[in-house]
Amino acid sequence: MAFFDKIKNLFNNNNNDKVSSEESSQKQKKLEKSLEKTKTSLFNKITKTVVGKSKIDDNDLDDIEEILITSDIGVETSLKIIDRLEKRVEKDKYINSDELTDILKKEIEELLVVSKDTTLEVDSVENVPYVIMVVGVNGVGKTTTIGKLAHKFKKAGLKVVLGAADTFRAAAVDQLVIWSERVGVDIVKQAMGSDPASVAFDTIQSAMSKNADVVIIDTAGRLHNKINLMNELSKIKNVMNKVVTNAPHDVLLVLDASTGQNAIEQAKQFSSVTQVNSLALTKLDGTAKGGVVIGISDQLQIPVRYIGVGEGMEDLQMFNKEDFVNTLFNN
Amino acid sequence: MFENLSEKLDKAFKVLKGQGSISEINVAQTMKEIRKALISADVDYKTAKEFTATVKEKALGQQVLTTLKPGELLTKIMKDELAELMGSSSSELNLNSKPAIILVAGLQGSGKTTFCGKLAYFLKNNNKKSPLLVACDVYRPAAIDQISVLAEQVSAEVYKEIENKDPISISSNAVKYAKKNNHDVVIIDTAGRLAVDEAMMTEITNIKSSINPDEILFVVDSMTGQDAVNTAKAFNHRLDFNGVVLTKLDGDTRGGAALTIRSVVDKPIKFIGTSEKMEGLDIFHPDRMASRILGMGDVISLVERAQQQFDEQEARKIQKKIAKNTFGFDDFLKQIQQIKKMGNIKDLAGMIPGVGKAIKDVDIDDDAFKGIESIIYSMTPYERSNPNVLNGSRKKRIALGSGTNVQEINQLIKQFSQMGKMMKMMQGGGASKMMEMMKGNNLPRF
Repeated sequence: MAFFDKIKNLFNNNNNDKVSSEESSQKQKKLEKSLEKTKTSLFNKITKTVVGKSKIDDNDLDDIEEILITSDIGVETSLKIIDRLEKRVEKDKYINSDELTDILKKEIEELLVVSKDTTLEVDSVENVPYVIMVVGVNGVGKTTTIGKLAHKFKKAGLKVVLGAADTFRAAAVDQLVIWSERVGVDIVKQAMGSDPASVAFDTIQSAMSKNADVVIIDTAGRLHNKINLMNELSKIKNVMNKVVTNAPHDVLLVLDASTGQNAIEQAKQFSSVTQVNSLALTKLDGTAKGGVVIGISDQLQIPVRYIGVGEGMEDLQMFNKEDFVNTLFNN
Repeated sequence: MFENLSEKLDKAFKVLKGQGSISEINVAQTMKEIRKALISADVDYKTAKEFTATVKEKALGQQVLTTLKPGELLTKIMKDELAELMGSSSSELNLNSKPAIILVAGLQGSGKTTFCGKLAYFLKNNNKKSPLLVACDVYRPAAIDQISVLAEQVSAEVYKEIENKDPISISSNAVKYAKKNNHDVVIIDTAGRLAVDEAMMTEITNIKSSINPDEILFVVDSMTGQDAVNTAKAFNHRLDFNGVVLTKLDGDTRGGAALTIRSVVDKPIKFIGTSEKMEGLDIFHPDRMASRILGMGDVISLVERAQQQFDEQEARKIQKKIAKNTFGFDDFLKQIQQIKKMGNIKDLAGMIPGVGKAIKDVDIDDDAFKGIESIIYSMTPYERSNPNVLNGSRKKRIALGSGTNVQEINQLIKQFSQMGKMMKMMQGGGASKMMEMMKGNNLPRF
């Protein structure tokens, strides 16, 4: 079975062997709690706006616009959503608040649909680990997310090797080493200042010799407008490719949920050098709503795969768009 | 990328003027454009609305609609208004106490630790202080290691208590230590925390009560979006911080959070972070930030564009040509075209070291370039590559063809050879050095 399917099933509530129903409801509670702040603002405001009215007028649309924009959904995407909403309202002359909420939910969900299949094929050759390269700008939570991922994969019975390819940031290697100790997985590292591509290379080779299942490579945070740093990322990727043909199988771009419209530019630039195929949206336990991923999904067709809801090992969840949108609008 | 807001507005106004009379609705539409631009720059929704309303009043007051270039004037009004809003109060640090205690707080990943290192470096070199860095992040893996490495880099001492998990006692012990050991500034780095994390917010409030800092600085990532309004309010409510540090401004985010924060909590932005290096700390310049938010282009984005336009290959080609004395007018033409692509030529002039100086003598607006271009276009390819063959009769022909006169051609040749000399002078390092400098290591950051 494809590697990713395996993992996804392990996280899904449907897989009764591995995930107890208690765990899954705990998970849902945590997601709900972390999204509570969003939920309060979005849903309540809409109800307040529309109750008692049988059709949407300009004021209401303006209110909805405000709600969308304050969630960092951005002008362009918000207008797109509202445009579609208006067209629907034209057709159905009378709308109550529930219907309006449903339509809004569906419109947002629709923009989160991705055409690519999230099931990734792993090389059929036995000895090849699944390689994940983690990228992003400074301070978004790459290293913490890797710690959480390592924990999840290990819990699922997979052998994980980490690669400390951030050889630039002060004590970055130490930070990941601590995570590897906490989680109980192997790590490959070199001295600070060494070539990150070389670390990536070593990590994959070491993983292969140990018959590891997953390799996760940490990279230094870098601003996407720094050409040299982006070229370096390209180089790291190419080197990985030399060791294992389709590596990295996953390029995971980590985004901070509080980032504004610049996140779209981040996604664009990182994609152009490394073909980002998934996103991790972190720090959703704060007040930030992370609405910018809707625009990224719509414009760039990159799916959100994970969300981070805390600094602990367990604080990582699989992104589920229905859950995500439902939790925002649920009673 | 480089949005010329002023042009957009001009277009909008052309439409307005085309219609017989200008109504409130039309003006409202234009204001909506401005609001959209601000929101796209991550200014929060409410602040963008309020700001636009203020600008509208001022614009009507100054009779924008009747001027020749209303878009330009309106942009100027906006920029000035923005700069004024973000400027005014002092961005100085209160360092009078002995020792002066600076508490640094903010969300996770905002850049606090890096800022602390930079601040220590800054105070050592600019203010001749002897700072003590304090490691009060007891949660994040290797946080103490991180600040220790930075302390070493800037040659400052760091105070840490590896076994102590109580930041309150660590900070008060650090202050005592500082007094005993002649440190005149104490910089306390704390763990990143969410504004909604009650326990953590209580912790930092307790640290504050315990050591009574002279300065509390709130570190914010400049790419923060709408959420800036929430975190700024919450942190300000609990800590009543003295100032804000805006980090990662070497990115290409427009930085609307700067306006949001100022507007919502009315605290000054005291510093900006402009690279990961310890030297990357600058004073905040409200007018430059205003330009940036409006997408009008600023020094950095122009430099970034210059970087991108002058790619490595081109630079090497030019270098070779200068060395061989084969840098001809066609190359010069290419340079001009590259520069024109960057937009605002006036701002660019004098900014690129070396080239800037040479171009300064040449009149640096679009029209002057037209003259130069037509002269060069009137040259034969051979003449362009071999300017030394330009004799009297050739010059006369060129003058006729380009609609100029021999005097102007002589002027161009003179300036061109001066530029060539200048570029040659930089050959010890040469164009590559020029490129290196442009790559941002030595250029002024705002």
